[in-house]
Amino acid sequence: MKAVTDLTLREIGLAASSVLGRSVEVSDETHIGRDLQVDSLALMNIIMELEDAFDISIPLDRLASVETAGDLSNLIKELRNKG
Amino acid sequence: MGLFDKHLAYRDAYQAIRQAGADPFNVRLDAVVSPTEGVIDGRPTILLGTNNYLGLTFDAESIAASVKAVQERGTGTTGSRIANGSFEAHVELEHALAKFYRRKHAMVFTTGYQANLGVLSTLVGRGDHLILDADSHASIYDGSRLGHAEVIRFRHNDPEDLYKRLKRMKDMPGERLIVVEGIYSMIGDTAPLKEIAAVKRELGGYLLVDEAHSMGVLGENGRGLAEQEGVEDDVDFVVGTFSKSLGAIGGFCVSNMDDFDVMRVVCRPYMFTASLPPAVVSSTLVALKRLEESPQLRHRLMANARRLYDGLSELGFQTGPTASPIVAVTMPDQESAIGMWNALLQNGVYLNLALPPATPDSRPLLRTSVSAAHTDEQIDKVLSVFAQLGQALGLIDNQRQRVSA
Repeated sequence: MKAVTDLTLREIGLAASSVLGRSVEVSDETHIGRDLQVDSLALMNIIMELEDAFDISIPLDRLASVETAGDLSNLIKELRNKG
Repeated sequence: MGLFDKHLAYRDAYQAIRQAGADPFNVRLDAVVSPTEGVIDGRPTILLGTNNYLGLTFDAESIAASVKAVQERGTGTTGSRIANGSFEAHVELEHALAKFYRRKHAMVFTTGYQANLGVLSTLVGRGDHLILDADSHASIYDGSRLGHAEVIRFRHNDPEDLYKRLKRMKDMPGERLIVVEGIYSMIGDTAPLKEIAAVKRELGGYLLVDEAHSMGVLGENGRGLAEQEGVEDDVDFVVGTFSKSLGAIGGFCVSNMDDFDVMRVVCRPYMFTASLPPAVVSSTLVALKRLEESPQLRHRLMANARRLYDGLSELGFQTGPTASPIVAVTMPDQESAIGMWNALLQNGVYLNLALPPATPDSRPLLRTSVSAAHTDEQIDKVLSVFAQLGQALGLIDNQRQRVSA
């Protein structure tokens, strides 16, 4: 499962880089708001990129509990398994 | 730690903006002389940022109806319609709106913001899906949070992206409600409604169009973008406001759907707010009649919009994709946006400063809204002030090349 987690995190990093227009690396512990300085709009745009990358729907109401890249990675894995 | 600590970054940013000159988010008008003229800091000022599209705020007949209503019915209703009842004029206004939009049902809200809050949170619930254009107004986002539907965004004005996202959820149970706006409030672009309606027809779901900025502005009869694009039958719900083309305050929703009226006992932003005061309802009724009977106001508005849009584009400012009553100038950075906004105000032109994240593409905007009541002379005055200041601040050059933003 470690490899899948890393792949998911890598995609999160790519999506964040694309939206923020600068190179971003993330780990499980990366705090999305504090460390990446991502506001709510940028986060929603990152989510859109990730929906396309994984071909899943990520409802915005599920983001309430997402603080770190690890939280987001877990949410994506959960949604992928559901589909 | 204090309650406001989490907002301190905003306080500091706001403070920095205010230090550059006037406060763009709290301008004080000493007087409002007409739909297009005010007095700010003792200076006569052209109002070019007030969404007063048809210029009806000073319409004599609307004012007379408002005065009569306040004298006969009092200053307020002092409560909601479920508790205090409906005044005759509330019901009359709902009938007039339904007739205007050729729909069976209409419901009036106390503000446009509450109309979106109420309608979105009531139409879809747990297990349903709300599909929003990414550039939706704050009231749409807030409405999406008040309900319990799953919220998905699609890329702004991109029907193919909408198609892809709807397709992705084709096996999920629950209803789908697609939400778009007639004219988007920041740069004045319109939704590709024909294509969006086609996606809805193919993949199923309901379509709601917020015509807040397009009511009285688009369509041969002023019914908005859905009328202009000939897709009114595909639009299940129209939401709108009285605070722009009708010159008052309030919101509404119209629809042909059966059982629409059940919203009156389940839609909390309708049920638990005091209803509109008589003066507002009565002026709105007259303004709606004016909107219906005066297509020349729309023609005048579009001619003014075109004059301003063409003039600014020709000067070398970067404007939006189409001439519409909302003409936005994209500025290269926040500092020049704030500088230009202050200089315009000091030279007697009031418009809106719009800063990210409220703007598309994270670029600051100088946002204007044109009125049918603006004269050619006022538009030309605005253009000459833009030309003079744009050159002085180095935003355009003397050869009138496009500003590099």
